[in-house]
Amino acid sequence: MSETLALEVRNITKRFPGVLANDRVNFALKKGEIHALLGENGAGKSTLMNVIYGLYSPDEGEFFVDGQPAEIHNPHDAISAGIGMVHQHFMLVPVFSVAENIILGSEVTRATKLDLRTARREIRELSQQYGLDVDPRAIVEELPVGIQQRVEIVKALYRKAKILVLDEPTAVLTPQEVEGLFRVMRQLTERGVSIIFITHKLKEVLAVSDSITVMRRGQVVGTTTPAETDENGLAEMMVGREVLLEVEKGPAQPKEIVLEVKDLSVYDERQVEVVRQVSFDVRAGEILGIAGVQGNGQTELAEALTGLRAVLSGTIHLNGVVVPFENPRALTEAGVSHIPEDRQKHGLVLPYSIADNLVLSSYYKKPYAQNGRRNFQAVLGNSVELVEQFDVRTPGPQVPAGNLSGGNQQKVIVARELSRPVKLLIANQPTRGLDVGSIEYIHKQIIKERDAGAAVLLISAELDEIKSLADRIAVMFHGEIVAVVPVDAVSKSDLGLLMAGSELKKEPESVG
Amino acid sequence: MMADTYSSLPNWKYFLRRYGVLTGLGLVVLMTTLYFYFRDPQITEAVLASTVRYSTPLVLGALCGLLGERAGVINIGIEGQMLMSAFVGFLVTAWTKSLWLGVVGGVLTGALMGLLLAFMSVTLKLDQIIGGTVINIIAIGLTGYFYQVGLAIDGKLKPIPLGPLANLPLVGKVFFDNPPITYAAIVLVFVVQYVLFYTKWGLRTRAVGEHPRAADTVGVDVYFMRYANVVLGGAIAGLAGAFLTLEAVGSFERVMTNGRGFIALAVMLFGKYTPLGAWGAALFFGLTSAIQTQVQFAGVDIPHQFIGMIPYVMTILVLAGFVGRTRVPAADGAPYEKE
Amino acid sequence: MSTGSVDPAVSKRSKGFLIKIWHAINIPLAAVVLALLIGAIILLVSGANPIQAYVALFRGAFGSMTALGRTLEKATPLVFSGLAVAFAFKAGLFNIGAQGQLLFGAMIAAAIGFGIDGLPSIIHVPLALLGGALAGALYGAIPGALKVYTGAHEVITTIMLNYIAINITDYLASGPLKDTSSGNVLARTPEIMASAKIPSIANIPLGFVLAILMSILIWWILSRTTLGFDIRTVGLNPNAARYAGIKVAFTIILTMVLSGALAGMGGAVETQGVVGRFQPGFNIGLGFDGITIALLGKTSPLGVIPAAILIGAMKAGASQMQFDAGVAKEIVDVIQALMLFFVAADVIVRKVFRIRAAGEEEKITLSTGWGQQ
Repeated sequence: MSETLALEVRNITKRFPGVLANDRVNFALKKGEIHALLGENGAGKSTLMNVIYGLYSPDEGEFFVDGQPAEIHNPHDAISAGIGMVHQHFMLVPVFSVAENIILGSEVTRATKLDLRTARREIRELSQQYGLDVDPRAIVEELPVGIQQRVEIVKALYRKAKILVLDEPTAVLTPQEVEGLFRVMRQLTERGVSIIFITHKLKEVLAVSDSITVMRRGQVVGTTTPAETDENGLAEMMVGREVLLEVEKGPAQPKEIVLEVKDLSVYDERQVEVVRQVSFDVRAGEILGIAGVQGNGQTELAEALTGLRAVLSGTIHLNGVVVPFENPRALTEAGVSHIPEDRQKHGLVLPYSIADNLVLSSYYKKPYAQNGRRNFQAVLGNSVELVEQFDVRTPGPQVPAGNLSGGNQQKVIVARELSRPVKLLIANQPTRGLDVGSIEYIHKQIIKERDAGAAVLLISAELDEIKSLADRIAVMFHGEIVAVVPVDAVSKSDLGLLMAGSELKKEPESVG
Repeated sequence: MMADTYSSLPNWKYFLRRYGVLTGLGLVVLMTTLYFYFRDPQITEAVLASTVRYSTPLVLGALCGLLGERAGVINIGIEGQMLMSAFVGFLVTAWTKSLWLGVVGGVLTGALMGLLLAFMSVTLKLDQIIGGTVINIIAIGLTGYFYQVGLAIDGKLKPIPLGPLANLPLVGKVFFDNPPITYAAIVLVFVVQYVLFYTKWGLRTRAVGEHPRAADTVGVDVYFMRYANVVLGGAIAGLAGAFLTLEAVGSFERVMTNGRGFIALAVMLFGKYTPLGAWGAALFFGLTSAIQTQVQFAGVDIPHQFIGMIPYVMTILVLAGFVGRTRVPAADGAPYEKE
Repeated sequence: MSTGSVDPAVSKRSKGFLIKIWHAINIPLAAVVLALLIGAIILLVSGANPIQAYVALFRGAFGSMTALGRTLEKATPLVFSGLAVAFAFKAGLFNIGAQGQLLFGAMIAAAIGFGIDGLPSIIHVPLALLGGALAGALYGAIPGALKVYTGAHEVITTIMLNYIAINITDYLASGPLKDTSSGNVLARTPEIMASAKIPSIANIPLGFVLAILMSILIWWILSRTTLGFDIRTVGLNPNAARYAGIKVAFTIILTMVLSGALAGMGGAVETQGVVGRFQPGFNIGLGFDGITIALLGKTSPLGVIPAAILIGAMKAGASQMQFDAGVAKEIVDVIQALMLFFVAADVIVRKVFRIRAAGEEEKITLSTGWGQQ
C-alpha cells in the first residue's frame, strides 16, 4: 500500500437550515485501501459523501485528489476527478437496460444515433476485467438486487473511477451476498481502486476495512484501524457513550395462539404472487421475527395481515376468529397494533398535528368524537398524556408531525399503537433509520408488550435486530416461509443461508 | 422470476408483444378501408383525407404532451398553448399578410407558453396540474381581450400535392396531397419517435422522466432537459394552434380549440407515450370526426349535439379503459428537488 | 426542519388568531395587487387609461346600492363553484367539472321551476334548489367513480364531462325543453314560475345569503366533524388514510358527489335568482372561475366568500368600465388569470413582497401521474 493519498478533504462544513450536517470534517483516503466511514444515521456520513460527489456544495472546505487541489461542484466534476459512487438507493433507471443505464451521461454515439453495440462490447470487456459479470441487455428492474449493485459498480468503473464510494452497500444483501461484495471490493483494491465504505454495521467494518473513520453529529470523532479496536470501542466512538449491544430480555412465556395464518397468498402491484402459501402462528407472550432479504414478500405479508392489501387465498385467524380482509379498522378494533414499514407513507399525516396523528386510528370513537363531531379537548388531552409518557420531544402537541425528527415521528406512531390494549403487535422495520437512543427505546417497548402478554410479529431486514429481539424466527425467501426456528437453535450464518434460499442439511432441531 | 421478459425475447416476438394489438388493429383498419374503397372510392378518399387532417392537431398536441411527460412534466396546458398560438399566428398573418410568418409566430408563441409552464413546474415547483390550468385560463383571458371582431386574413395554407405520389390511388389523396402543417405533423411523428428512442437526447429525456436523481448523479442536467423538452413540446403545440387558424379554418374564433388540447392528452395515453402510438390513436379519433361529418352530410336524423360529443365520450372511455394499463413515466408530475 | 415555533400555549389565542388571518390573506392580497398592476400595464400598452378604468370598475361594482346588489348577484354562483372546487381540493381532487355540474343544476332547476305549477314558494324554491343540487351531485359522481374504479384522472374526465354537459343541456334547451311560446326563436327553456324564483331583499340576493350559509356549513364539516377528518386525511395522505381505516374509494366518490351538489346548487341559484330560465351560454365560465376563486381563497370554505365577491365585483363593474373608459370587458378575464397565476406561483409573490412562509402548510398534491390513485 503506497502512502500517497487518493483523496483528501479538509475542513468541510455544510449547513442545512437548522442543522450543521458537516462541521470542519477532515478525511483522507489512501491509494488502494478500503476506508470505512462509520456513524449513526444522521451523523453526517451521507452528507460528506454527497459533498465529495458534488451533489451538495459545501459552505467551506477544500478537496485534494492525488495530492492536487481539485474543484468539485457537481457530479460531472467528481466523475472527471475519478470519483464514482454507489448510492444506497440505486441510481438506476428501472425500465432501462443495463447498457443504457451504464452509458447514461457518457453516451457513445455514431452520428446522432446511440451506439449501443459498442457500449455493450465495452461493458462486457470491463466486467470480465474486474470479474463483475453483468448482461448488458438485461432490463434493470428484472435483475436481483445484488446484480443491480454490480451494475452500479460497473457504471462507476465505466467512467474510469479510481475512487469508489459505497453508501451502505450491504443493507439490501444477504450475508452470503455481503461476502461476495467484500471479495469484489478486495479485488478492486488490488487493481488500484480506493474504496470508501459507508456503513453503520460494526462487524462489517471490522471484517473488510483497512482504516476506519468514525463520525458523530457532523464531526469526525477519530480514525483507527481494525487492529486497534473492537466492536465495543467503535460503538462507543459512534454514540459517545457506552452502548448495550444486547437487548435485555427474559425468556418468553408463550401462551395461547393469537395469530394463525394458513396458506396465505398475496399479489403485488404487478399481479405477481409475492407471498406464496404462507402458514405460521404467533402466540401470546412471544415475539416471532420474520427474517429475510428485503423484497422477499415481507412487506406484502405485513400489509395483508394489517388489511392494507388484498389477499389472494388463505385464511387469517385472530384469537380463533376469522379476520376480514382489507379492513384495517376492524383489525384495529380487534386489538391489532401496527407499526408500519414506512412511517411517512402509512404511519403519519405529516401536516397534521401530533395530537391528530395520535388519534389517527381512533378519531371516530368516543371520547374523540360523538355523533360524527370531533371532541378536540379529548384529542388534546390524550396527546398531552402520550407525549409525556412516550417521551416525544416536541414544543407541544399542536406541532405538525412533519416538523419532528425521524426518531420522534416513530415515537408518535409507537405511542399511538401501544397506548391501547394490544393483542397482536405487528412491527415492520420499527427502527429503520433511527439513532441508537431511539432504537434502544423502541426495542424496550416491544419487549414490554411481549411481557404484558401481547403476541408480537417483528419484521426486520436487520438480522441483528431479529436475533436480539425474537423468540422464534421465521425465514422468508421468494415469498415462502422456508423455516421456523427457535432463536437459540440457529446461528447467524445458518440464517443467512436460509435467507439466500439454501436448505440446512445438518439441521438437528425440529422445524416449527 | 418472470419467465420471459421483454429483454429475453427475440426482436419480432418483442415487437408482437408490445405492438401486437396495435398491429392487429391496423390490419383490421386496412381491410375495412379497402372494402369501403372498392365500394365507394370517392367518399372513402374524402373521409380518410379528412381523417388525416382532423388528426393533425391531436397528434401534434399529443407529441407536445409526451415530450413533457417523458421528461417528467405533466402538461395539461396544451389547450391554452394551442389557443394562444392559434391567435398569435392569426394576428401575425393579419398584420404581415404572410401565412408563413403566422406559422412562425404560432410556433414561437407555443414555445413561449412552454417556457412559462417549465418555469412554473421546474423552477417554481408548482403543482403541475395547477400550472397547466393557469396557462389555459391565461390563454382564454388574453385571446378574449385582444380579439378584434372583423379582423380577417386572406386564404389559408393550401394543399401541396407531392408530384406523382399524389396521383396514387387512395393513399395519394390521403397522404400526399395535404397542406404543409399536416405534412409537418406526419414528419414530426417519426422525428420524435427517432429522437426519443434512438438518440442521446432521448435517452436523457426518458431518464429524467423516470429517475431524475439517477440522471443527476451521472451529470445529466435535469432542469435543462425538462425545460428543453417542455419548450420544444410547446413549439409543437404552437404548430397545432397555427394549424387551426391558418390551415384548417382561416380565421380565429374565441375558445376555438374546443377541448382538442385535452383530447390530445387522451391520444397520448392511448398511444402509450409513443409518437407512433399517438399517431395511430389520433387517426382513430380523426376517423370518428370524419365519419360524423359524413353522417351529417348524409342527413341522418340525430341531434348534432349528440354527434358533437362523441370525441369527448370517447376520450373518457379511452381514459377509463387504458390509463390503468399504460406505464406512466415514474417521475411524471413530480418536481425535482436538487437537495 | 426545526421550525417548531408553534406555541403550545393556548392562552395567546386572540393574537394568534389575527396572525393566522394575516398569514391566510397576505399571499392572495399580494397576488391581487400584482395582477392589477400588470393589468394596468396591459391597459396602458393597449392605449387606455388604467386609473380611469379601475375607478370606473370600482364604481360599477360598489358605487351604489344597485351596483352592490349586482356585485353580490354575480358573486353568488361564484361562491358555489369556488366552494365546489375548494371542497374537492381538500380530498386531493381537482374538480374542473364544476362547470358541467353547474349546467345540469341550472337546467334541472329550470325544469322543476317551469314544469310544476301551483306550488307555494316555500316548497317550490327548495324543491328546485334540491333538484339542481341532486343533478350536480349525480354528474359529479361520474368522475369520482371513474377515478376510483378505473384510475382515470379526474382532471381530464371532468373537462370532457363539461363539453358533454354543454352538448346535452344545449340539446334539451333547443329540443325537448324548448320554450315553444310564439315569437321565441332562441334555444331556451320557458321562464320558471314566480313561485320558484329566489328574490332579493334590499338589494341583497337571498341566493347570496344561502351561499354564505353553505360556506359556513362546509367549513364546519371540514374542520369539526369526523367526515371532514376523513376527507382531509385522504387528501393529504391516502396511504395513511387507508392505514387509519378510512374507506378511501368511498370518501373520494362522496367528496365528488358533495362537490357536484354544491356546483349544481350554484347553477340552480343562478336560474332561480338571476336568469329565470335555462339558456345555453348564460352560465359558461362560472365553473372555471371556481378554480381561481378556490385558489384565491386558499381553498378555505370561508376564504372563498371574499374571493368570489372580488371576482363578482370585477364582473359587475366591467360594463361600467367599458362604458366610461372604453376598455374591452375581457380585460377582467386577463386580470383574473393573472391573479390565478400569482396566487398559484406564490413563490414569486413572496419574493416581490418579502413575505415569509408560515411554517408547514397543509399542501395537497394533485399531479401524481395519470394512472396512480
